[in-house]
Amino acid sequence: MSLQDVKTRIIPDRLDSRLSGYLKSWESLLVAVAVAVFVINSLSSPYFLDAWNLSDATFNFTEKGLIALAMALVIISGEIDLSVAGIIALASTAMGYALQFGVGTVELVAIGLTVGALCGLFNGVLVTVMGLPSIVATIGTMSLFRGLSFVVLGDKAFNGYPTSFAFFGQGYVFWVITFELVLFACMAILFGILLNKTNFGRTIYAIGNNPTAALFSGIQVDRVKMILFLLTGLMSGLAAVCLTSRLGSTRPSIATGWELEIITMVVLGGINILGGSGTIVGVVLAALIIGMVTFGFGLLNIPGIVMSIFIGLLLISVIALPIIYGRLRKG
Amino acid sequence: MKRFLKSRETMLAVAIILLTGGIALRFPGFIAPKNIVLVFNDTSILIILALGQMAVILTRCIDLSMASNLALSGMVVAMINASFPGVPIPALIGLAIILGTLLGAINGLLVWKLDIPPIVVTLGTLTIYRGLIFVISDGAWVNSHEMSDAFKALPRSVFAGLPILSWVAIATVGVALFAIRRLPLGRSLYAVGGNPHAAVYTGIDVGKTRFMAFSIAGGLSGLAGYLWVSRYAVSYVDIAGGFELSIIAACVIGGVSIAGGIGSVGGAVLGALFLGVINNALPVINVSPFWQMAISGTAIIVAVALNVRSERTKGRIILKRAEAVV
Repeated sequence: MSLQDVKTRIIPDRLDSRLSGYLKSWESLLVAVAVAVFVINSLSSPYFLDAWNLSDATFNFTEKGLIALAMALVIISGEIDLSVAGIIALASTAMGYALQFGVGTVELVAIGLTVGALCGLFNGVLVTVMGLPSIVATIGTMSLFRGLSFVVLGDKAFNGYPTSFAFFGQGYVFWVITFELVLFACMAILFGILLNKTNFGRTIYAIGNNPTAALFSGIQVDRVKMILFLLTGLMSGLAAVCLTSRLGSTRPSIATGWELEIITMVVLGGINILGGSGTIVGVVLAALIIGMVTFGFGLLNIPGIVMSIFIGLLLISVIALPIIYGRLRKG
Repeated sequence: MKRFLKSRETMLAVAIILLTGGIALRFPGFIAPKNIVLVFNDTSILIILALGQMAVILTRCIDLSMASNLALSGMVVAMINASFPGVPIPALIGLAIILGTLLGAINGLLVWKLDIPPIVVTLGTLTIYRGLIFVISDGAWVNSHEMSDAFKALPRSVFAGLPILSWVAIATVGVALFAIRRLPLGRSLYAVGGNPHAAVYTGIDVGKTRFMAFSIAGGLSGLAGYLWVSRYAVSYVDIAGGFELSIIAACVIGGVSIAGGIGSVGGAVLGALFLGVINNALPVINVSPFWQMAISGTAIIVAVALNVRSERTKGRIILKRAEAVV
């Protein structure tokens, strides 16, 4: 709410289903970008078009993508959650801590998800019950959650996760299709249905466009926001399970800086950072693009930090270009 | 009088005094003048940056790129110093400030001319500026022995009992106090954040004011870049990583409202000092420094809860809702 500026609010215009609407939509632009990235990558490196390499590349975005799906809903509702990477750290630490007491794989997953959900609930209480602006409240909880993880772990690490636990981050469901990819696909469909086909989804858009009007039309704004923060926490817990399983160890610095990458993913996916518009399809496409760009650059031996320049430029230009284009057309 | 007692500045000052006093009861060395100077000196860079961030937050914007800007400006002057030790230090400081201002101006231009939300712009430039450090340095460090002695000595040299680094912070506070009270720009920062529509009707260019705020924050980041690199006598890609959040934390703890229009120089300085005292106190009272992050997180949440409560009593919430409907 705090960063909303009346001048820049946009009423969603992508809800119509006409063919021209589809062609001009943000999502088709993303598809074009994705195809371009795919073609450029396959031309520039002979190793790109390899089933196993591509399968490995999906790890670049599946865990972040899981959180981005929930983050998209939070941002559409006009809030933001910067604490997601902190939640991963805390959930992963909780799992590693429980490991010392010899718990099994099922309990580990349950602990990861529960801690994630509790963290999300805590954010939700701060934002709805106490009425704090989400951007600063979650900057606070981001330090708090990761800080607690540092308190427990210090400079040590938890490892020695059971073999069966490794399935979540390292397992394959079928041939080269990883468990994480299947999980991401299922969740993307679930979130797509939730946002587009349910009453709940419509209320998220309504809240993002005008919280006051939403309240007056009988939507329980605070309850919806609470659920969204809870959901984001839960998805962060799920991502923590996958990431911990994939790495096989927990350090307090796990997933550092992910919050910014996830928000980049969401914004690149066409979700209006001020709330009120955007689609899950866009977020999935953005996750794919970022994953492929990262993988392609990796194949060309371009260091990760240089990739981040590209991601940063991509973030600013995808938002700036339509604005410049719109101005030029208006003259 | 009652307002003075209830103000954020007084509450924070009392909190800082109680905190220091409590520690001094068990560890008297903590309030030795020498140590107090040390703590202040250690917090100087945070104070300088918090003042820049405050200018931006007052206009309802946010700058996440300050730490990256600091690291990039710092790296540029460190590399110039390492290659051309003959370049005078004042020229390097000037260069750091100009470079920082330019980087801040890029943020400002994107916010002003293209109307991109500040959080998106600075999220982007945060990663871009950080990446550029790698590009110009090729990932290499500039180490202490590569820097000239004059380059490293300036922030440490003592003048009238205080290191120059502390004096720079004090001077920045002085300029900020004057600018925010007496200069038209200082007043328009509040006007733009308090009510952008009203600001337009009073003839204030909202976009330009924001641009100026970002440029100021950038200039201060550049200055802090030189100070950081010379004080710690090392420069590499990751210096001050994550520091952008400490800067925002200092502002929020100091009572600067993230919704814009509310905040004071004294508050931001005390907010930075509060974090500085905690950081320096932990090792003294034998608490693992790993508690630092959790404590500052809690401090942010408590501070922001207090901010929201104090803003509510002023009836600001009603005003905000009314604007949102327009």
